[in-house]
Amino acid sequence: MNEIVPVVEMTDIAIGFPGVKALDGVNFRLFQGEVHALMGENGAGKSTLIKALTGVYTIDSGTITVLGEHKQFPTPAASQAAGISTVYQEVNLCPNLTVEENVMLGREPRRRGSIDWKGVRSRTREVLAELHLNHVDPGSLLSSHSIAVQQLIAIARSVEINAKVLILDEPTSSLDADEVNQLFRVIRDLRDRGVAILFVSHFLEQVYEISDRMTVLRNGKLVGEYLTRDLSRMGLISKMIGKEMEALAELDQAPARTRARTDSEVTPFVEARGLGRKGSVSNVDLSIYPGEVVGLAGLLGAGRTEIARLLFGADKADEGSIRVKGVSQRIRSPRTAIDKRIGFCSEDRKEEGLIGDLSVRDNLMLAMQASKGWARRIPRRVQDELVAEYIATLDIRPANPDALIRNLSGGNQQKVLLARWLITSPELLILDEPTRGIDIGAKTQIQKLVNKLATEGMSILFISSELEEVLRLSDRVAVIKDREMVAEIKNDDVSVEDVMTVIAGGTQ
Amino acid sequence: MKSLMKNRLAWPVIALAALLLLNQIFRPDFLSLRMQDGHLYGSIIDIMRNGAPTILIALGMTLVIATRGIDLSVGAVVAIAGAASCAYIAASPEPASPVTAAMAVLIAVMAGLFLGLWNGFLVSTVGVQPIIATLVLMTAGRGIAQLITGGQIVSVSNDHYKSIGAGYLFTLPISILITAAVFVLAAVLTRRTALGTLVEAVGINPVASRLAGLRSRNIIWIVYVFSAVCAAIAGLMISSNVTAADANNAGLYIEMDAILAVVIGGTSLAGGRYTLAGTVIGAFIIQTLTTTVYTLGIPPEVTLVFKALVVITVCLLQAPKARNLLRSLKAAPKPGTKEKVAI
Repeated sequence: MNEIVPVVEMTDIAIGFPGVKALDGVNFRLFQGEVHALMGENGAGKSTLIKALTGVYTIDSGTITVLGEHKQFPTPAASQAAGISTVYQEVNLCPNLTVEENVMLGREPRRRGSIDWKGVRSRTREVLAELHLNHVDPGSLLSSHSIAVQQLIAIARSVEINAKVLILDEPTSSLDADEVNQLFRVIRDLRDRGVAILFVSHFLEQVYEISDRMTVLRNGKLVGEYLTRDLSRMGLISKMIGKEMEALAELDQAPARTRARTDSEVTPFVEARGLGRKGSVSNVDLSIYPGEVVGLAGLLGAGRTEIARLLFGADKADEGSIRVKGVSQRIRSPRTAIDKRIGFCSEDRKEEGLIGDLSVRDNLMLAMQASKGWARRIPRRVQDELVAEYIATLDIRPANPDALIRNLSGGNQQKVLLARWLITSPELLILDEPTRGIDIGAKTQIQKLVNKLATEGMSILFISSELEEVLRLSDRVAVIKDREMVAEIKNDDVSVEDVMTVIAGGTQ
Repeated sequence: MKSLMKNRLAWPVIALAALLLLNQIFRPDFLSLRMQDGHLYGSIIDIMRNGAPTILIALGMTLVIATRGIDLSVGAVVAIAGAASCAYIAASPEPASPVTAAMAVLIAVMAGLFLGLWNGFLVSTVGVQPIIATLVLMTAGRGIAQLITGGQIVSVSNDHYKSIGAGYLFTLPISILITAAVFVLAAVLTRRTALGTLVEAVGINPVASRLAGLRSRNIIWIVYVFSAVCAAIAGLMISSNVTAADANNAGLYIEMDAILAVVIGGTSLAGGRYTLAGTVIGAFIIQTLTTTVYTLGIPPEVTLVFKALVVITVCLLQAPKARNLLRSLKAAPKPGTKEKVAI
């Protein structure tokens, strides 16, 4: 990487919001033909920096140059006009339009004033071919494709507009391993063609696999810029969290927890037999004993979330049976599940967890208040005590019960949602991806909490895409493949590879 | 001052104050009140009395809108409630007795209750979109009211009944007192219980609310019943004020004024956070506008255009986009003031 003019150079950038300095004196350079990873914990300022570059936020001070030219980005359109293109985690295309309409939207070739659909199609085919997406029919609806393909189509759009800079914000968070490889192949192709790529991801391994250089932020300040090959993983993490490795060491410790009794003398808290739902999962046999953590492993889309939803009554099961504490029960709705003392943290915080415009207090109290009914309001004094207690135990920041929950960082939102269930003292807590997209500090705290709750006798169903995490926490691991439970492994010295083999092979 | 301006009620209050001031300038006795025969008189009292039905209906509408719904049937409920009560009084053997009047009120409120249950059933159990579900009753309702009145305007002469809309108590018109009572009741009902928070939760994120164990069906039912009962009481007021039930014209387009009052008051049509106080102010603004039109001597043919201008101004002042635009216009000569305003 010789010192030519950077495609993008941001110097001494500062952005403030009421009460916070989101970015303070940050420098950032992006060169042609490199993949540059932007690293930092949640709240470090990654998103803010990206939004400054894409014109979503206006910078308070500092300069942005593109190819040596001073630029101001008052609007996203100005940034796009300068050749900066962004693909977000949630694909920002129109699902009800066709692939070609999405790729060419706003730039359709025209003939005599009307859109030249033949031209649209042939141009789309060219672009898709460049990304090895020959199998995608340009005339098909965008929504008929998987998220991974939709993401590649979003990239195709950037290729079509000849973007000089491509920003990928958490592109892999909902992709499986094959899809990640496909995406990385495309990223490398683009890099070799001279596109400057800014890559943001929580997955360290992926960052090391794909990036050439990285910039690390912490608390809105620049920590430094490094060549990926010069910085070890441990070095990177300690720069991100700003302290030495104790936190990480704790993470790797095996749970110091005595195994829950799962012999025939103990009744499992919940016992599902042949549970299934048409078009969803089938044939699920799963028991969870008091004080036991059961992990669900499997690829994304294998049916993990579907099982959780059946147990919680979010979807109605149409075959099989569920026993709670040995008594056969029909769980028809979340409400019945809650009455049986089951709690469920959805993987989709924003859509299925948060009530964004309500305060931390209201969000935290919601499940308990809902089960009491609207007429019996929990007295303010009791609310204050409970909220203060959980803000302190879970280290929720800011420690302000009246803050709107949508203004909290992902990790803190997750803690509030956990607290929402904890105050109802459930006997079974279903956690679907509780640590996705949150920073290492919060992640450690949540893992420790799971351990502690199980020690106190709670049953926990733990779902995560990170096999290491599942194995670290679970007593048993149920492996899901193609919407069926294929194996149940007792977690004594099981390695990630063992589980992978089961997932790949299908039987134990 | 700045924190005061951040209050969501700031703009509606300013708009109302400006309108009142405008009237005061053109008619110096506008804000004055006088006592006459033990009754309080004055333009303000007139505005409140004439606005009472709209305020009542807008209160019910606020909660419906907070759950992401809308209730278009309120005008029809006004007509049905008025028709039912007047038809009962007209047909009763003692059309002037207080018992008859009380029964008529009961019948109207029960009719409102029933119609609210019907709307709630369509929206929460059948799952019909609120705008369609209440459109059913909006169109059918006037037909029902005509059936009840036999297609005639039913006049009654019962002084007890008449006092609901035209009577006085403690120097104030009874309709104002009823409206104030419903406002206090609604405020207490929603904020002293958890109903308000749960209504907002359902409006902001129905999926997450369900997964937190909230029975949104009950909540939705409650708000539609409340809305229809408010409309029924408004129907009583309107019919008692003119001592007649007019199936065709009673409460005509009142749903539009109510929705407008909610929006001007600062509750978003997208659901979620609501403010009952804002709605009351919004309804006052609408009613004051009507009065202002007469005070200023605006020709009747441009009255509606004038109303529309004021409404759009208030709505624009509340819209974040328009406010940002205004702010950047102000800040334009001096760059750097922008972040100061933001803090």
